[in-house]
Amino acid sequence: MSARSQTKPVHTMTTLKVREGFAPYLYQAPTAVLMAVLLLFPIITVVRYSLFDNVITNKHPVFVGLANYFNILTNEVFWTSLFNTLFFTVFSVVFHLIIGLGFALLLNSKVVNSIVKGLLRVFYIMPWVFTVTIIAIIWRLLLDPSGVVNYVLEALNVTNTRPEWLSSTELALFALTFVNIWAGYPFYMVSLLAGLQGIPTELYEAAEIDGANEAQKFWSITIPQLSPIILSIAMLDFIWTMQVFPLVWMTTGGGPIHATEVLGTFTYKQAFASYQFSVASACAVIILVISLCMAFFYVKHQKVRD
Amino acid sequence: MKKAFILGLFLSLLSSFTLSAAPVTIEFIQWWAPELPAGAFRAIMDDFEAANPGIKVNLVSGPYSQTRDQIVTGAATGTLSDVVGLDGAWVNDLAKQGAITNLDPLMAADNYDKSQIAAIIKLNNKSYMFPVASFVYPLFVNLDLLKAAGIDKAPSTRSEFISAARKLTSAGKNQYGYVLPLSLQSPNGVQNDIMSWVWAGGKSMLKGGKPDLTNPDVISALKFIQQLYKEGLVSPGSFAKQEQDKVEEFVNGRVAMMVDTLAHINMIRQRNPNLNFAVSAVPAPDGYTGARGLPYAAWGIGIAENSTHKAEAWKLVSYLMSPAVNSKLVSIAHAFPGNVKATPDWFANDALFTKGFEIFKAGRLANEFTGLPVAEDLMRQFDEQIQTMLDGKQTAEQAAAKAQASWMKSF
Repeated sequence: MSARSQTKPVHTMTTLKVREGFAPYLYQAPTAVLMAVLLLFPIITVVRYSLFDNVITNKHPVFVGLANYFNILTNEVFWTSLFNTLFFTVFSVVFHLIIGLGFALLLNSKVVNSIVKGLLRVFYIMPWVFTVTIIAIIWRLLLDPSGVVNYVLEALNVTNTRPEWLSSTELALFALTFVNIWAGYPFYMVSLLAGLQGIPTELYEAAEIDGANEAQKFWSITIPQLSPIILSIAMLDFIWTMQVFPLVWMTTGGGPIHATEVLGTFTYKQAFASYQFSVASACAVIILVISLCMAFFYVKHQKVRD
Repeated sequence: MKKAFILGLFLSLLSSFTLSAAPVTIEFIQWWAPELPAGAFRAIMDDFEAANPGIKVNLVSGPYSQTRDQIVTGAATGTLSDVVGLDGAWVNDLAKQGAITNLDPLMAADNYDKSQIAAIIKLNNKSYMFPVASFVYPLFVNLDLLKAAGIDKAPSTRSEFISAARKLTSAGKNQYGYVLPLSLQSPNGVQNDIMSWVWAGGKSMLKGGKPDLTNPDVISALKFIQQLYKEGLVSPGSFAKQEQDKVEEFVNGRVAMMVDTLAHINMIRQRNPNLNFAVSAVPAPDGYTGARGLPYAAWGIGIAENSTHKAEAWKLVSYLMSPAVNSKLVSIAHAFPGNVKATPDWFANDALFTKGFEIFKAGRLANEFTGLPVAEDLMRQFDEQIQTMLDGKQTAEQAAAKAQASWMKSF
């Protein structure tokens, strides 16, 4: 009787310890399961697909190792699309930052009247309100050779040749990058405006006492204070823009010829036009690796901040 | 015990009765319903259900491109709808993939009279698709612009067309003779607006079922298009232009001539009731007197291989292909029938449609992309070479040779 009463609390203690040990894992389990199903499983599947001769349309795929990667890396169009993607992404990120910061400074300025500020705030945020489909339709109409942009340029005597913005091999990538810059700067503007409003005014007051001019205040206070936000949004923007697809697809389809071919359209064509799902998977894995590199820097930067 | 036995017997009888009475539901994926007046296609399905009380039809409707993506995905995952709306350009890939079924055994089991079908799309001598409705693509001309340019009739030959296009083009007034949508997003301009010139002359881009793009007829058509483009007779922005842009420019009177489907006549009239236009056969090479090939697009129909209700699916297919129902459907769609015995009346009361029907009767349907492997991709490959040619970076011969080499890889 006494022996039984002695062992019971020991069992209870062990069970409690085991439970405590498992508890954190149980809390994480729903997220872990979701991540595994929605993220890990698709990634593993796509990586596996990329190692076969062709999948989905082929009922008996044959393992070919890295042959699909070799095919892609020796494909001239892939390199064109990689260059176009990098051009599109780098210029988009840089100009998003410049325009977004410029407008944020304007909206944060004490010089501008508050009513004007309110109006500008609505006006500047507009591109962000539209979906990609609407943006593509609007700019297809505006940039048509007989569209509003050419009409205005002609009226201002800037040109009388009616440039074919989206159908010229020389202009299409620039035009498309411009559209993406227009569509994406409000994200920067909103984020940086929030950052600007969080900078203590004492810093500027101290700088004024020290005799700093506006440029010195901007470079020595504003930029260093905003740099964590700038780095975060620039890296996120780089990752998102790298994966561009709908805007390009709905405006130029990657053309003319391959002038606006980006990795997204190149992959889509492999999958849904050529039905080469393994090649498309290999291409998707390459995009994933590039995005992961940026994600690695982003996470590292976040850790340093923490 | 006795009560339990009687209750069990009653329940089993009830369940067997319920099972036998439960209607079979078949799924039908297509892009036709949104292109017809609201509710019109559902009404035809309701009639079918009334005639076949054991079958219900669940329509899965969406725009063309979305339907195509859904079909590709369904074929890949083995979840394709029982009855599938098909474009001829998809048949080869879906049949090779084993996603759509051979219709021959179903026809044989039903003693079906094949001769009533206008054109059966086959692969390796097996039947996979019936065209339910066909939409032909003649030349549309703006009569007011023609009259203003001193042209009294629609051009019938390539020389007449170039001559007319020169008179009709006035860049200062933003008016052009022809429109050429070559966007790589939907490259069907290659089929409708370029290869139509080859087919109109009774010529072909294939030889023994294989690509033959370097033949003199294709090169001659490419040179013809190149000439139009070089002379500035084509409305600017071709490389990013899509079919809807083409129609829009014709509706606005910015373009005097275009190759387009008869199905757009009502839409053009709605968009611009004052537009005075006519249709005529696509001009042929000078001196050609034979029957003109008429490009067409079809609403095709097939049955999924994975369907567990093939018999019911076949009932729906044969219902839609029957003379009476086919007549009704194509009359609503302003299309040409898939059943040779169908007698649609939509063209009788309208001069434009009557003319369209005359063109249809005098010519022969021609769309060589139907049944080709990765047909849309072939159009895109050719489109890229045509764009390079029009951009002045290669000759027509080089464009044809490069497209030929590229196509051969897909065969």
